[in-house]
Formats: sequence, C-alpha cells, structure tokens
Amino acid sequence: MATGIKQQDRQDAIAGWGFMTPALILFAVFVFIPIFFAIYFSFTDWNGISPPTEAKFVGFENFRVLLFEDGIRRADFFKALKNTAYFSLGVVPAQTALALLLAVVVNQRRLRFKSFFRTAYYFPSITSSIAISMLFLFLYQKNGLVNQVLQTITFGAWEPIAWMADPRGLFHIIFGWFGLTLETAPAWMQANVLSLSVWDWLSGPSVALMGIMLLNTWTTIGTMMVIFLAALQDVPREVYEAAEMDGANARQIFFKITLPLVRPTLFFVVTLGLIGTFQVFDQVYVMSSGGPAKTTLTVAYLVYRNGFTNSQMGLAAAIALLLFVIIFTLTLVQRRITEGKKE
Amino acid sequence: MTTSATYTPVRQVSAWRETLRLVLSYALLFLIALIFLYPFVLAITTSFKTLPEINERPVALIPQTFTLEGYQRMFALNVGRWALNSLLIATIVTVSNVLLSALAGYALTRIAFPGSRVVFLAIIGTMMIPGIVQLIPMFIVLKSLNMIDSYSGLIAPKMVTAFGIFLMAQFFEAIPREIEEAARIDGASRFRTFFQVVLPLARPAIVALIIFSFQGSWNEFMHPLIVITTNQDLYTLPLGLAFLRGGLGQNLQWNALLAGSMLTTLPMALIFFFFQRYFIEGISYSGVKG
Repeated sequence: MATGIKQQDRQDAIAGWGFMTPALILFAVFVFIPIFFAIYFSFTDWNGISPPTEAKFVGFENFRVLLFEDGIRRADFFKALKNTAYFSLGVVPAQTALALLLAVVVNQRRLRFKSFFRTAYYFPSITSSIAISMLFLFLYQKNGLVNQVLQTITFGAWEPIAWMADPRGLFHIIFGWFGLTLETAPAWMQANVLSLSVWDWLSGPSVALMGIMLLNTWTTIGTMMVIFLAALQDVPREVYEAAEMDGANARQIFFKITLPLVRPTLFFVVTLGLIGTFQVFDQVYVMSSGGPAKTTLTVAYLVYRNGFTNSQMGLAAAIALLLFVIIFTLTLVQRRITEGKKE
Repeated sequence: MTTSATYTPVRQVSAWRETLRLVLSYALLFLIALIFLYPFVLAITTSFKTLPEINERPVALIPQTFTLEGYQRMFALNVGRWALNSLLIATIVTVSNVLLSALAGYALTRIAFPGSRVVFLAIIGTMMIPGIVQLIPMFIVLKSLNMIDSYSGLIAPKMVTAFGIFLMAQFFEAIPREIEEAARIDGASRFRTFFQVVLPLARPAIVALIIFSFQGSWNEFMHPLIVITTNQDLYTLPLGLAFLRGGLGQNLQWNALLAGSMLTTLPMALIFFFFQRYFIEGISYSGVKG
C-alpha cells in the first residue's frame, strides 16, 4: 500500500513537471531571466546596438541623471511623468464612472435593444489601437468631424482647432481667460522645480494630450462596462425588487445597493485603468510622436524613444524600472484607499 | 402602464411624462451608441472616396464617386503580405497558447506535484509586470538569441501567456474532481485523462482563450515594433499601418490609410459579431468578479 502511494506521488511529480515544461521553458527564456537582465542593464551605458556584453557598468549614474541632475534628461523624465499623471487623472475617473453608468443602464431588466447597446458600446474595445488612432487622427483634423460637430452644437461659436498640433495646456488656457499668462505670472510660477517651471507643472494636459485622452476613454469604456456587467449579474434580482417594494428611488438603489456590491470590481477596474494609462504608448506613437512641444510625451513613449531611437538603452531600462516602481506603488496606495473606505 | 379610462387626469399627466422620459432615455442611449459606432461608419465610407472629395466640407457620409483607389494603393504597398503575416502569427500563437496554457493550468490546479505552488505564484506574479517594462528585457533576449527580424522573434515569446494559464487554472478548479477520478480508476493515464475527459469539459474557457489570444496577437503593436527593425516583409498589419502613416508624408492619403485601418479592423469585427457571447463570458471566466 505504502509503495503504491509513493509510486503515485512519483507519477504525479513526473506528470506535473512534464505538463509544465513547455510553458516553464518559455517563461524562463522570455520573462524570468530577461527581468534580471533588464535590472542589470539599467546600471550600464548600453546603447542597444553593440553586443550587450560590451556594455559598461556605470553604477547609479542613469538614476542620478534622471532624478538629481538638472538637465534635459531629468526635464524629459518629469515632463513625461507629469503628462502621464494628467492622462491618468483624466482618463481613469472618466472611464470608470461612464463604464459603471452604462453597465447599470444596460443591465436593466426592462430595457429593450439591450444586446444592441451592449454590442455598440463594447465594439471599439476589440479593435486595433493603431487602426483607431489612425481613424481619430482623421477625425481630429482642423476641418475634421470633431470640430464640425462641436461647431454645430455650439451654433458656430466653436473655433476649429488642429487638435493634435496644439500644445496649449488646459489650465494654461483657463488661466489665460483671467488674464494670467506666463509673462504676467507671479515669480513663483516661473521658479524651477525638478527641471520644469511651476507654470509647466500646472498648465495641465495639452489639447493634443486631451485628444488622446478622449480616444483612450472611448476605447476602454466597453471593456470596463462588460467587467461591471459580469459583477452586476451576480447581484440577485430579489435584492433590487425588495428595494423597489420599499419605495427606494433609482439614486438610492445605486448608492445604497449597487455601489457597495460592486466595490471589489470597482477596485479591479481602477487598478486596470491605472496600469493601462501609465503605459499609454500605441496612440502616442501613431498620433503625435510625443509632440507638439513634448506635451504628449508619456513615460512609456520616453522608454521607447530613449532605448530604440536615441540609442540609450541603459537609460531607458532605468526609466522602465522607475515606471514599474511607480505603478506598483500606485496600485498599493489605491488598494489601501479602497479597503480603508470599507470600514 | 395601462391607459385605462379609470385614471384621473393627474395620473394621465404623469403617464405622459413617463412616456416622454422613456423616449428621451432611449434617444440618449442611441446617441451614445452613435458616438461609439459612427466613426467606424464614416471611416468605411471615406475609404471609398476620392482624395479631393475627402477634403470637401461639410463632411458627407456617402461617397459621390465610389472608388477603390484607397484599397488599390494599400495592396500596391504590400498590405496583403502584412495581413498574411498577421494571420499566420495570430494562428500559431493562439493554438500554442491554448494548448500550453491548458497543460500548465491543469498541472498547477489538479496535480499535487512538489513545487507547484511556487511555480504558480511566479507565473501569476508576472501579470503584475507591465508590458512596457518587459519591452527592454524582451529586446535584450531576442537580440542575444538572434531572433530580431524573424518570425520566431514575433511568435516564440507569445506562445504561452500568464493570463492564459490563469484563465485555464480558474476553470479547471471548478470542474468536480470525481469526473476525472472515475476515469483514472478505469486505468487511464494522466495524459489520456487530460485530453479525453478534462479538456472537452473546458470548452467554454478554451473558446474564450482562443478569442482573447487571437485578438491580442492580431492587435499587438509594441512587440512587432521592437522585433522587426528592417525587414518590411515581416511587418504585421498594425506595424505596417503605423509605418505608412509616417511614410505617406504630410499630405496624408486618407482613403488609403482608412482602407488599411478598416482591413485591420474587419477580421476582429467579424469574429466579434459571430462569437459575441464568448467575449462577454470570457471576461467572467477570468475571475474578475472580485
């Protein structure tokens, strides 16, 4: 008997590792080992072209240049970080709120054309980011559809803008309405913080960046909506029926029943949103290449640009590592906040 | 909401309001649907317009002169080859990912072998590493293995995904053990049990994974961008499209670019319309319900 079990154990071990082998080899070669490489190369001056073995170890030099040395590389890094932060702050709340709202709406039992609405709202999510970026580039032209629609609904008051060529920041424009420009700004706004002026920090997402933000929100709402729908369908109908019987109105039902029940999903969706927005790349690559005036330069695009077009792979690896730390920290902080609210 | 004559006039007014509210709500929902779909419709019709007509204002939906100029230009630029590349890569990646993920997912949840827990955590843990962070390590490895500018560089790293393993593991976890135990008592080996008993039961998860893998591979941009540096014959559709956007100069030939975009979108759109419910089910299988 005992030998039988032992034999069984051995067979299981063989079968288990046997089944795992192909996946494990691929993971080892393309994921696990490369990660250590990447950490190592962030401490080198490798240019990405010469053989990796020729890269020189430079200690913390890349990190020093990015974080502590006043110059173009620190300016670019913090510019990219600032743009990415504005991007995330705009897109994540918008996509989450709209997705939840649409999910609640299309989850209504009495709604007609339900599957049409779901399909229509989800459709952009399955398409190629490159094809969509091309399409929006077309719509964002000065004489494109977006300006035309805005002109129609404002009865001609809207002044057409070349969206993807406009570097003006949102708050910069708003400051302007109150007569506040870079020239008339108080001295503290021209002070230099981490290689960028305070004015730069505060000028908000540029028109071009907002164009990409709108596009990104538009394409991600669908996925988030379906995730919320999956969660909503787990809520028993009786819960809603009981609430309706007790005379609760739609708003009360949403805030007192729906929202608490989908809170774990909300956490998941916000996490997905944060991770996604902190990596925005494809759209920038096709629509703006980081321009105009570096206002759509995102951290992910900076990694690519430094590593693959500026031949500074070591520096790019260092930026990627910093980005990882940032995303990881944000996820933890976000989890702390969401869990804190529960109590 | 019957309009019975016994209602008092006050009641009728509120019924009227109710109808109006309903009409407005549906109008709003259709307007939102329009916002999501109209850009695609306009892109399709614009891809059949002549260049001068595209610049006419206001933008008309229906082309006055129907032309295939845009598509002809795209095909002259090797778009057919790129589409074949995309199809080939997506097919191989999908088949391999489903098979290897199923094997691994099964082993990790159903076979108690030493070290399985550590392996599971290590693989799932990599889902936390953002793609952009893996970009440089991937490039280093592919360069060291001489896989830059090759099909193998495009395919091999994508042959199994942590997400696939996670999704299959989630599903196998939910299949009752008794079913396979019955097969094993009858003397079937692990291998046979897996292929003849367990795998057929996992059909819904497999369909979901097929769709996700194919979609992911078909739409993938960053990976081909770093793998293919010089050889344009190896471009995938998204990579070729992005290249054309730079290559066609300031005066963008919108009918061609939009024709290319629609050719990239169409296969996914067809798959989506035919297998719609699997997309939606797939998201619930991936255990995101919190």
